Amino acid sequence: MMSKSKSKNKAKTKPANEEKLRSDSKSKTEGKPEAKDRSDPGASEKVSPAGKDPVKKQESDSPNGNMPPKHQMPKIDGTTVKRLLSYIFSNYKGRFFLVLVCILISSVVNVIGSMFLKVLIDSYIMPLVEQVSPDFTELTKALITMACIYACGISAAYLYQRLMITISQGILKRVRDDMFEHMQTLPIGYFDTHTHGDIMSYYTNDTDTLRQMISQSIPQVFNSVITIIAVFCGMLYTSWYLTIVVLLFVIVQMFVVKTVGGRSGKYFIGQQHSLGKVNGYIEEMITGQKVVKVFCHEKAAKEDFDKLNEELYESAYNANQFANMLMPIMMNIGNLQYVVVAIVGAVLALSGKGGVITVGAIVSFLQLSKSFSAPIGQVSQQFNSIVMALAGAQRIFSLMDEKSEVDDGYVTLVNAKREGENLVECEERTGLWAWKHPHGDGTTTYTELKGDVRLFDVDFGYVPEKIVLHNVTIYAEPGQKVAFVGATGAGKTTITNLINRFYDIADGKIRYDGININKIKKADLRRSLGMVLQETNLFTGTIMDNIRYGKLDATDEECIAAAKLANADDFISRLPDGYNTMIDGTGGSLSQGQRQLLSIARAAVADPPVMILDEATSSIDTRTETLVTKGMDSLMHGRTVFVIAHRLSTVKNSDVIMVLELGTIIERGSHKQLISEKGKYYQLYTGAFELE
Amino acid sequence: MIKRLFASVREYKSASILSPLFVVCEVILEVIIPLLMANLIDYGIYKNDMSYILKTGVTLVVCCIVSLTFGALAGKFAAKAAAGFAKNLRKDMYYNVQNFFFSNIDKFSTSSLVTRLTTDVANVQNAYMMIVRTAFRSPAMIIFSLVMAFRINSEIAAILLGVVPILLIGFLLIFSHAHPLFEKVFKTYDKLNNVVGENLHGIRVVKSFVREDYEDKKFKNISKEIYDLFIKAEKIIIFNMPLMQFVIYMSMILISWFSSRLIVSAHNDPALGMTTGQFTSMFAYLMQMLMNLMMLSMIFMMVIISRASMERIDEVLTEESDIKNDKDPIMEVKDGSVKFENVSFSYNGGEKYCLSDVDINIRSGETIGVIGGTGSSKSSLVQLIPRLYDATKGRVLVGGEDVRRYDLETLRNEVAMVLQKNVLFSGTIKENLRWGNPDASDEELVRVCKLAQADDFIEKFPDKYDTYIEQGGTNVSGGQKQRICIARALLKKPKILILDDSTSAVDTKTDALIRKAFAEEIPDTTKFIIAQRISSVEDADKVIVLDGGKVNGFGTPAELMKSNKIYREVYESQVKGGKDDE
Repeated sequence: MMSKSKSKNKAKTKPANEEKLRSDSKSKTEGKPEAKDRSDPGASEKVSPAGKDPVKKQESDSPNGNMPPKHQMPKIDGTTVKRLLSYIFSNYKGRFFLVLVCILISSVVNVIGSMFLKVLIDSYIMPLVEQVSPDFTELTKALITMACIYACGISAAYLYQRLMITISQGILKRVRDDMFEHMQTLPIGYFDTHTHGDIMSYYTNDTDTLRQMISQSIPQVFNSVITIIAVFCGMLYTSWYLTIVVLLFVIVQMFVVKTVGGRSGKYFIGQQHSLGKVNGYIEEMITGQKVVKVFCHEKAAKEDFDKLNEELYESAYNANQFANMLMPIMMNIGNLQYVVVAIVGAVLALSGKGGVITVGAIVSFLQLSKSFSAPIGQVSQQFNSIVMALAGAQRIFSLMDEKSEVDDGYVTLVNAKREGENLVECEERTGLWAWKHPHGDGTTTYTELKGDVRLFDVDFGYVPEKIVLHNVTIYAEPGQKVAFVGATGAGKTTITNLINRFYDIADGKIRYDGININKIKKADLRRSLGMVLQETNLFTGTIMDNIRYGKLDATDEECIAAAKLANADDFISRLPDGYNTMIDGTGGSLSQGQRQLLSIARAAVADPPVMILDEATSSIDTRTETLVTKGMDSLMHGRTVFVIAHRLSTVKNSDVIMVLELGTIIERGSHKQLISEKGKYYQLYTGAFELE
Repeated sequence: MIKRLFASVREYKSASILSPLFVVCEVILEVIIPLLMANLIDYGIYKNDMSYILKTGVTLVVCCIVSLTFGALAGKFAAKAAAGFAKNLRKDMYYNVQNFFFSNIDKFSTSSLVTRLTTDVANVQNAYMMIVRTAFRSPAMIIFSLVMAFRINSEIAAILLGVVPILLIGFLLIFSHAHPLFEKVFKTYDKLNNVVGENLHGIRVVKSFVREDYEDKKFKNISKEIYDLFIKAEKIIIFNMPLMQFVIYMSMILISWFSSRLIVSAHNDPALGMTTGQFTSMFAYLMQMLMNLMMLSMIFMMVIISRASMERIDEVLTEESDIKNDKDPIMEVKDGSVKFENVSFSYNGGEKYCLSDVDINIRSGETIGVIGGTGSSKSSLVQLIPRLYDATKGRVLVGGEDVRRYDLETLRNEVAMVLQKNVLFSGTIKENLRWGNPDASDEELVRVCKLAQADDFIEKFPDKYDTYIEQGGTNVSGGQKQRICIARALLKKPKILILDDSTSAVDTKTDALIRKAFAEEIPDTTKFIIAQRISSVEDADKVIVLDGGKVNGFGTPAELMKSNKIYREVYESQVKGGKDDE
């Protein structure tokens, strides 16, 4: 799809001609729905499963309120333009200047080309006609000169395009890279409050409009402006009376573009709207296709579809109809202008009014006027795409302006070895880790990494107005298994989000091995925490790659060992390609349970002292879960583990179970204690309450 | 393939034909207009003949208006033809999808089907509009321009004819070299988007494993790849413009050279030979021809590009439903007995069976539990009963007849199935329920909802049965959704009811109530209950234990407790340790 607009636009870069206007208006009007289409289904195809509402999966207590309105069209301000220009000038100053020069040469040659005819006729052919024995040497010379000028024009055109490729692609690459690099530094909160589809469109739509603007609109507008100025001067010079006539027609043309174009634009919006409805319906029905089949509901599904489809047809028909009409109208207004100019010119010449106007002047004026309206049309059309591109650029910049995660941590995680009583930092991997804690007085202490996590009176809210955790105090000693139980939205996941500092607490304290986690470098903190989430996110690559994600320098043996630990080895070795089986991000070919086993193996290979299991086994059947739990038990051995589970059987053997309700811990204790207390946990356990 | 697609033009055939017709008329006028303009200069302005100027002027204005009308009509019909074609394509595809069976749906993914129905159709629509208008316009324009040029002067017109192949070959070379590169570029773009998408989904994984730099490197590598490929592709494409300019300028100089000699020798007298006016028209024809050649090459490109879309559409259109209705189908299901006779099944018809040698006999009215681990093919087994898939080997009998002998609609109305991945559609609860039976009365709805233990919570909603369900049923909880789905299936009054893990999100107490209601209210219905929870199948008449696609045990729960290791294991993991879970 993109390749189409790409090559189409490329193919039509020859300026200053009526046909040009024609192809332009076409690509513009057709380009509109295309650009939209590309983003929508594309985005929904890849992003929608989680993109629909990332917040929901993430316990519904995340903020929804500060979500910015979707696809807003921001007002373009000067800073955007300035920033965009700075991308051009920071790297390509010289080359960009060269481009401008080349464009100038190229368009001047173009104007000369359209004047050439008149000069040729008036200065060379007509005198020769009068001569008895015509001497063609002068004419030959003139033609050779023209050939040289043309050669310059062609070279300049080639050169500026060639340079433009490097510039535009270079800028785009930088924008892309900067954007992604910056995105990686953003806090989790950003991803929770923006739909994936929206973020995705920064990379697809917005960069694409930017590409079109840089590589096409800017040179074309520059080109057109130069042509307009040159031609206008030429016309004024020839006859200002006739120039007024031409200007009148330009006004008429603009008026037509506005009315017909505006109407078509209105229908295009309608088309987008019905397209959205049809797409939505198709998506819903095809997603539920199996249900449709089971209920033999095909007939009704067809009827509803036909209705929407008919609506779409109507609006598409209307939109394109007006867009298509614009071309012949514009062209024939151009023709009319030609006729009127000829007549007015002839009248002026005959009446002798309007200064000296010669027949030659009329003819050359007619030529000029032909190449005047085309670039004006171009500029007005490019204007739209420039505004769109700037809006895109603005959105991109707004992503780049999002605040990165703040990391003031200075306590780092280092390999250590024991020397007598003391821990000593060392280069090699010893399996023993220590927190390196530099103090204000220049001394450095080392604390062994054990996995002791304590929360003291923690309060937290995703938005300051809405506190979702109240006074949460938890002690998790090394090797302990702490479980969280509670309804959706009770704040279970939120607690784990605080431990790894995806979000920062509002009040209270969290200590890790006795160190305030705010002092620990985020990267090191997270490296010491293993996470297995309900939603397994795998990455395109082999199964081995995916396990190795936990520890990039892990050997194959380590990865296989981790897979065995998580009981994943069994199914992996049954796959045709074993550990080299390619999977994609959605892990389509694997069952939910298998993907979960992989993500457990991934966490296992990382070998962290603290593990967070957020509904890790909820999508595995109980029998497989028994196997997984066995694997996990060995994985959990000697580690501090936080477990969030839907199934109470999973948490039964925990050292401590916390029952959460509305952000507060209402019960805590071991399984036995809680059962004997006959409180909420007991009710849940006996099935009197649903957890949903 | 193209023929098959064009079969969908149907009632828009007339528009598809009218549009090029008008285009041709428009083209004729467009060619005449420069000719008249040349005359205006030659005979009017140069000769100072005011009446001639006015006469030709009026003719020109009329021509313009007629040309405008034809042009606008052509545009209108082209829009109609293309929009109509797209409508029919969507309709044909959608209708065919409705005939799809589970195996067909599995073959295309949902998202790919949606893309085919939307983006791909839009591509074809645009290409079709181009074809209907420009594909006729450009050749017509080229031919008429050439004809007119030859009428003025055949020797000079020969120059025009000469440059055509240069330009065409040039364009073809450029496009054929650039096209595969662009294909690659866009594949790489997909890769890039994939990385972004995976990062967005898995941002928690990325962050918790501290893999930001790693992902960054991955992204930048692909980004660099795109940069390189794009530059490579564009390096070729930019030869377009110089080539075009070269041809234009070269022809201009050649025409000037030869024309000026002719004009001079004819003393600029139309009677004797060539005139300056004709010379000017020659230029106009040259431009017209070359521009149209370029347009033609663009259409060519568009068709090539939309080919991929056409192929994808064609795949859907030609996909034949794997399951066909029997020619002389049985229209009635006698009873709810089910029999599997040596059934083996594989999803792609291959040798790798996910069910093998299943041999089970179930009497009408029995309650059958099905348990087994993930991937033990529990769902596959029951999906054979309503013929959502066909058995690869062996037979499945319902009511004593092979399921393949039944009329599909009859069979599916008697075999109600609540799918594991169940879906509610946007609409009210009532509307959703009536999928089971469009004519059901309100009392009937309430009755089945009571059976499925859904009435209680529905009554608590402010709008009760008229509560609007969002797409995908996102505004009801998992357990509520499952109960509505069960009620919907019950509304069919089926002889066989299959619950594929349909109460997993319902608490044990309610689960038990549903089973109790089933046993009391619909005792004659054969019930299949696939469950993770052993408590769900404990009071079944018989339980099928599946393991790796094979029947590991089949018998009453008590028997299995004694004889079946897997059953006992599951039982012990869930019951012995703490009664039951959840």
